[in-house]
Amino acid sequence: MILSVASGKGGTGKTTIAVSLALSLCKEKPVQFLDCDVEEPNAHFFLKPHLVSNCPVSIPVPEVNEEKCTYCGKCAEVCAYHAIAVLKDTVLVFPEICHGCGGCGLLCPEKAIKEKGQRIGIIELGSSTGIEFIHGKLDIGQAMSPPLVREIKRNIDSTRLVIIDAPPGTSCPMVEAVKGSDFSLLVTEPTPFGLNDLRLSVEILREMNIPVGVVINRAGIGDIGVEAYCREENLPLLMTLPFDREIAVAYSEGIPLVEAKPAYKEKFLELYTKVQEWKK
Amino acid sequence: MEEMKQLVVISGKGGTGKTVISAALATLARKKVLADCDVDAANLYLLLHPEIQEEYTFSGGKKARVDVDKCTGCGNCLEVCRFSAISGGENGKIAIDPISCEGCGVCSLICPVEAILMENTVSGKWFVSSTKYGPFVHARLGIGEENSGKLVTAVRKKAKEIAERNALDFVIVDGPPGIGCPVIASLSGTDLALVVTEPTLSGIHDMERVIRVAAHFRTQAACCINKFDLNLRMTGTIEEWCRANSVPVVGKIPFEEAVVQSMVQGIPVTEFGVNGASQEIKNMWLRLNSLLCSGG
Repeated sequence: MILSVASGKGGTGKTTIAVSLALSLCKEKPVQFLDCDVEEPNAHFFLKPHLVSNCPVSIPVPEVNEEKCTYCGKCAEVCAYHAIAVLKDTVLVFPEICHGCGGCGLLCPEKAIKEKGQRIGIIELGSSTGIEFIHGKLDIGQAMSPPLVREIKRNIDSTRLVIIDAPPGTSCPMVEAVKGSDFSLLVTEPTPFGLNDLRLSVEILREMNIPVGVVINRAGIGDIGVEAYCREENLPLLMTLPFDREIAVAYSEGIPLVEAKPAYKEKFLELYTKVQEWKK
Repeated sequence: MEEMKQLVVISGKGGTGKTVISAALATLARKKVLADCDVDAANLYLLLHPEIQEEYTFSGGKKARVDVDKCTGCGNCLEVCRFSAISGGENGKIAIDPISCEGCGVCSLICPVEAILMENTVSGKWFVSSTKYGPFVHARLGIGEENSGKLVTAVRKKAKEIAERNALDFVIVDGPPGIGCPVIASLSGTDLALVVTEPTLSGIHDMERVIRVAAHFRTQAACCINKFDLNLRMTGTIEEWCRANSVPVVGKIPFEEAVVQSMVQGIPVTEFGVNGASQEIKNMWLRLNSLLCSGG
């Protein structure tokens, strides 16, 4: 099963939930953990994996052979992203906005465009207490994270339980991370911000036909809007974690919840059982 | 003030308090326009209660659609699509997944029978509103859409235009989390980036990365440590890092229940009675003001 942990709003506890699930289940079954928040990966602080290999990731961007180029302008015309511009006697390529679609090279009548790799980041692979661990890091100044997420996900081992820690938001990086999941856990907090962003993520996951369940973190700090919404929308509320300053302090030090409070392991095993039931 | 200044509030890590702080700054700064550039999870409107004055649709790009009557199922498009958006469909025709399609149009260009159309997508809406605190430009990105960076650019352009037209002093931008495309679009060309962090390992790591992004785009950064009393040792680490990297720490906001309570009631924390957090935000605004006016 591929289980993604997502949220519209940032900082609601995705990593806490994903890491705790992985640590609670790793004795029971083989687990693979993918941290797909490549802009700000944090799960490694908690799982402390021993990283054994890495692999730089690049996207193909055009390289123009000016000897062959006739400056006809076809490449600029076909580029949907305005990532290539043809002037009177030169061609400018803007690799940071290129999506690597390959259109310019394919359609250049002079075959004057080759592709070269433009590095956007790196993925690192390793393991932690039997959990296979992979995460990606987007290079500073790079704009496009989805290709890096795709690269992490090429390593999915479907013989294991795959837990995906998704980036926040509801746009392309999040969509890329949750795509193909069998179930998505949406972590939220009981506040108007949490509710607003939960609604958005439910909309998108419904559109993608991915079944969802809700986890409320820091219960007790806010209001009852999220619970009311779950009832109205018939969304399964699968787990509630109370606000607890000790949990917050453990988090700040990089200590996983189930290590700081081992009693919670049971709750995470239950959570997984519920996920399996709701998935059907 | 001689010329308008743009301040962006970012964080790297989500949920550190960007929006709460942006709303508080909205109550403190004079003569400003506000912009919510966290377009895929916009929350600032929940504290500012805007009255929408103007509404615009945003088309950030195109998506491919197949005309099944024309499609011969030759499969050429399948080979050229690099986003795995095309698959074999019913009756030997192809099918296009609109969520995976990045709108490059290569399939449409190479289709021998012109069976693939590139259609403009309405990928969001943006609004100019009035609020108690001044004009406010905000947006809503369509579900699962691309191009949040372009929508951010549209919002910022309008905010800047309003500021110039009305001779306002500040544009205050509530930015998105992360370091990717919408963050770069929110950050570029601003005068100061206020990086809101929290005293946690994740908060520190994410702050460092986003400050490096600001430096990469030559924007000066200042740091605000929210909930600083949750872990004083980590707060110390942040202050040390900031000193070593010449990033001024302009605010240390205590962890207080009033902050969440004000959010639940939809009120900027600075207008929510007397509390330590808002006092510190007021002091922070004075420091930010002098950083912005000293020419940054």
